[in-house]
Amino acid sequence: MQSLSNRKKVLPQVPMTFWERIYIPAILKGMAITLRHFFKKKTTIKYPEEKRPYSKNFRGMHSLKRDEEGRERCTACGLCALSCPAEAITMIAAERQKGEEHLYREEKYAAVYEINMLRCIFCGLCEEACPKEAIYLDGPHVPADYLRKDFIYGKDKLVEQPFINLEELPVK
Amino acid sequence: MELVFVIEKFVLIVIIFVITLVIAMYSTLAERKIAGFMQDRPGPDRAGPFGILQPLCDGGKFFFKEEIIPAGAHKSLFVMGPALAIITACITSAVIPWGQTLTIGDYAIELQVADVNIGILYIFGVIALGVYGIMLGGWASNNKFSLMGAIRAASQSISYEISMGLSIIALLMVTQTLSMKEIVAQQEGFVNWHIWTQPLGFLIFIICSFAETNRVPFDLPECETELIGGYHTEYSSMKLGLFMFSEYINMFVSSAVMASLYFGGYNFPFMYDMGLSENWITIIGVIVFFIKIFAFIFFFMWIRWTLPRFRYDQLMNLGWKMLIPLAIANIVLTGVFTILKDTLF
Repeated sequence: MQSLSNRKKVLPQVPMTFWERIYIPAILKGMAITLRHFFKKKTTIKYPEEKRPYSKNFRGMHSLKRDEEGRERCTACGLCALSCPAEAITMIAAERQKGEEHLYREEKYAAVYEINMLRCIFCGLCEEACPKEAIYLDGPHVPADYLRKDFIYGKDKLVEQPFINLEELPVK
Repeated sequence: MELVFVIEKFVLIVIIFVITLVIAMYSTLAERKIAGFMQDRPGPDRAGPFGILQPLCDGGKFFFKEEIIPAGAHKSLFVMGPALAIITACITSAVIPWGQTLTIGDYAIELQVADVNIGILYIFGVIALGVYGIMLGGWASNNKFSLMGAIRAASQSISYEISMGLSIIALLMVTQTLSMKEIVAQQEGFVNWHIWTQPLGFLIFIICSFAETNRVPFDLPECETELIGGYHTEYSSMKLGLFMFSEYINMFVSSAVMASLYFGGYNFPFMYDMGLSENWITIIGVIVFFIKIFAFIFFFMWIRWTLPRFRYDQLMNLGWKMLIPLAIANIVLTGVFTILKDTLF
């Protein structure tokens, strides 16, 4: 058959020479290669102790943000839950009471905010939908667990740790 | 005196037995470490520092695994398989001279369990028995893969025992004795090592011992890709553990045999020129002997992670068409050289 690409090359079939047939030089060559690898630097990253840096646009675990005064930004509007294609987010809204102004920024806040990490596909649409810049997928990986119920993350795991001591804040 | 002799031998046997088992245990870790290092990864390092507790964990796991004996299996032979494998692996070390004489007070202790004057024949006999464990286990499993593995083990062992024996004959023509103790004693210093007079014989011997211990590239009886697990497909729990253990003990013992037959056993260069006392020479000799053994064990593992497995017909071709003619040629060459040396010098 005619070659279409003209790149076909017929390799000559040369019988093996004596040194190739006794196979021992080839074995020694292979052993030299494995020995070289034996002393090479190992490429393994020992995971729990060392971690590979995440890329800048990595989307990991969600965190609910606080504002500059340490108040929760979320106003429980439900846009994140609505935008979520996996329907992983649920929440129960509550009204801010008198004296809670230092805890919640808006008059309405999320009393319960739950994300099912098994449903979540980490698409980041909640992040885009949020009008209050309250949710970001800027955490690490979601760790493994044994039970399904433990993958439903509540506010205890999601809300960012306050970086200001709440005791010192002046009560408005 | 008799009682003291019995106690001495008993203590020696126990020590050697313990050392053998510990080395076999840590060979499993060494194998995984070396495999890792040769593949650019660190190997097991979670159990204890550098993974030194890994063999204990593996052993514990083996003990607690469920023990399954297949319904169609021949029960007594199925149990006997691994037992026979490990017993034959352990008793081989009886004739190996681990060192010279250790003198405590007036009492001289030979660091050898039994100085049989047919030591090499004893080793060959026991190694030949070793394949029975594999054969019984494979046959009694009532599984075609196991049976295939057992058949392969038997045919491989028979084929390679011939060339192994022939390569030893050439060595015996040089040594003029079958006693392990005398063979090692002949190789005093460095230049008297038998590797210098029998390089071809050593090459044949080491290839055959790879085949006899069922190590890669001759691990056709196990052969995961074709036969699942080969002869130990149906084995579980500590029975499987014993089969693996016997493989590692075999490796240790054949390393010891190679070191003592060709690499001078406990002899090391300038051993009598450094002005050491007899006991010190013995102790250093034992350490040197173990270093040689470890070097051979490393070599076994190095080869394992370098070479792929032989195909069955290649195995047979190598055994019958290459090694046996080579071994016979080696005998002839040795004979010619011995006569030439006697007539000319």
